[in-house]
Amino acid sequence: MADHAQTPHGQATGEQGTRRDFLFLTAASVTAFGAASAVWPFVSSMNPSKDVLALSSIEVDVGQVAEGQAITVKWRGKPVFIRHRTAAEIAEAVKDDGADMKDPQKDEVRAQKPEFLVLVGVCTHLGCIPLGQKDAEPKGQFGGWYCPCHGSMYDTSGRIRKGPAPLNLEVPAYQYVSDTVVKIG
Amino acid sequence: MAANFKNPVVRWIDHRLPVFTFLHHEANEYPTPKNLSYWWNFGSLAGFMLMVMMASGIFLAMQYTPHVDYAFNSVERMMRDVNYGWLLRYIHMNGASMFFVVVYVHMFRGLYFGSYKAPRELLWQIGVVILLLMMATAFMGYVLPWGQMSFWGATVITNLFSALPVVGEHIVTLLWGGFSVDNPTLNRFFSLHYLLPFVLLGVVVLHVVALHRFGSNNPIGIDTKGPQDTIPFHPYYTVKDMFGLGVFMIFYAYWVFYAPVTLGDPVNFVPANPLSTPEHIVPEWYFLPFYAILRSIPDKLLGVIAMFASILVLFVLPWLDRSPVRSGRYRPAFKWFFWMLVFDCVILTICGKSPPDWIWSPFAFSISPDVGQVGISIIAMGQLATTYYFGYFLVVLPLLSIFERALPVPLSISRPVLGAGGSHAAIAQSPKPMEKL
Ligand code: HEM
Ligand code: FES
Repeated sequence: MADHAQTPHGQATGEQGTRRDFLFLTAASVTAFGAASAVWPFVSSMNPSKDVLALSSIEVDVGQVAEGQAITVKWRGKPVFIRHRTAAEIAEAVKDDGADMKDPQKDEVRAQKPEFLVLVGVCTHLGCIPLGQKDAEPKGQFGGWYCPCHGSMYDTSGRIRKGPAPLNLEVPAYQYVSDTVVKIG
Repeated sequence: MAANFKNPVVRWIDHRLPVFTFLHHEANEYPTPKNLSYWWNFGSLAGFMLMVMMASGIFLAMQYTPHVDYAFNSVERMMRDVNYGWLLRYIHMNGASMFFVVVYVHMFRGLYFGSYKAPRELLWQIGVVILLLMMATAFMGYVLPWGQMSFWGATVITNLFSALPVVGEHIVTLLWGGFSVDNPTLNRFFSLHYLLPFVLLGVVVLHVVALHRFGSNNPIGIDTKGPQDTIPFHPYYTVKDMFGLGVFMIFYAYWVFYAPVTLGDPVNFVPANPLSTPEHIVPEWYFLPFYAILRSIPDKLLGVIAMFASILVLFVLPWLDRSPVRSGRYRPAFKWFFWMLVFDCVILTICGKSPPDWIWSPFAFSISPDVGQVGISIIAMGQLATTYYFGYFLVVLPLLSIFERALPVPLSISRPVLGAGGSHAAIAQSPKPMEKL
């Protein structure tokens, strides 16, 4: 509209646009804003609801896990791996701190007490559960975990060393509420 | 043009709501090339499959419970206790496979005979939208029985979106409605699985409207030049479509009654267990080529991009193949590359099915985890096949458009049918200049 020098109803003011243009743009923006606000609750309803968010923390006694063994607990619908690492496994992880990695991280920042590694047991590629929790399962070339879906391999610190996964196994927020009891979440 | 209907009731209605005029126009007056081959049956077969899926699905939904604690058992109950529940389920389960068989043939038909070229570009693109909707629908349907493969398929596929930078994780949480695939996910998938086929139906209507604008392409790929080249759709093609449907139903019935679970994965008869991933996660057969492309790229984001690109490339296909000759019959070099593409898709399917670290020895006809044997790893094979897949669209077709010398195409559809005994050789040798399209 503003392109036309003279429109039948608006007062032409050269390049400036008319009052009609102003009304038109205002109405359009208000409508767009209104439409977006109307969509918001629909999209938001698809996000996790309050009851889902409420189930957010668990406590685990790690004292029962023997050295060299691992347990899997369920937290927020996902498995959490708790591995009681042997001295050799810890040494291996620390030794590799400087190795070439996709997602470089030092072992010390991945475990609050070096002997207990607490990880979300979900492959950071496409969400399968890596093998390696039980003795009989394959652990991959780096002695940690092996994901059967597309072949990602994690080391004894849960760091990604080979395969398509982009990130290390996630360390969830946790704290020791006593010497051996861990609160996850 | 209003038809003259004899039945007074029809006339009364048609005067007020011209549905009969519309049908008459689409069926009796709609001129169709007279030389369509059986490859042209697959469009109507796809329409038939959509109806079958909606009909069987609506009845399944009456027995199905979308809840993680009951879904698996409600499907088992259907199989054991509901009258003919097994039949409804097998019709629906195998129907999804049949739908994809038909649509894939329909698409390769279009690829060979150049049906995607002007003026049918938009028709082709609407077809690609239909494929995407079908894939989304089939994926969500497969989650509903809540078996192991349902659960882990849903986990892997929804996680594809986590590859997106920044927003990825948020999108995945939004899709799940939680921190993993769980009850909210199952509920919304059921809702969408019910909805999408109706959206699909709407898009199919657009597909047919676009088709009727210029009419069908045909095996020799030249435009119809007048009444001598066409016949009315009804009764000629209605009867041919019915015959094709009969043959197709025999094929479909074979699977439903004699091999109802052959096309599916046995792991899906195990109830979903969120704490244990099955040893090999494989999608249903119709997704295998795309899965192979995803896996052949070692980087997460690039793999996801390649997978989506393998379908999106079809959207721009009309502008990649610039050869003025539509039908592959008159394109001596194109033909070879086309059949190699078909073969390539078979290879991709095999790669998608096999564990990535296995070895394929084509000469021994075996795929096994034995690293000692002579052969090529599944990943490497998948990478080669992926390269050819994209090469066909992005390199071969544009180059052929420039360098290929097409054979002379006939002057009109009537000529090969009526003239010179109808043999292609005779036409190819005819001294007439090549038709410009
Ligand atoms: C485009 C059309 C459709 C396709 C490709 C499709 C595909 C599928 C697939 C692959 C399954 C899993 C079968 C199994 O393994 O058991 C399924 C299940 C199901 N579908 Fe559909 N579907 C379609 C339309 C519909 C419609 C319109 C409904 C209506 C509500 C529906 C309702 C259901 C129900 C209730 C199930 C769960 C029962 C079962 O798993 O057998 N579907 N669908
Ligand atoms: S999900 Fe673990 S490697 Fe793909």
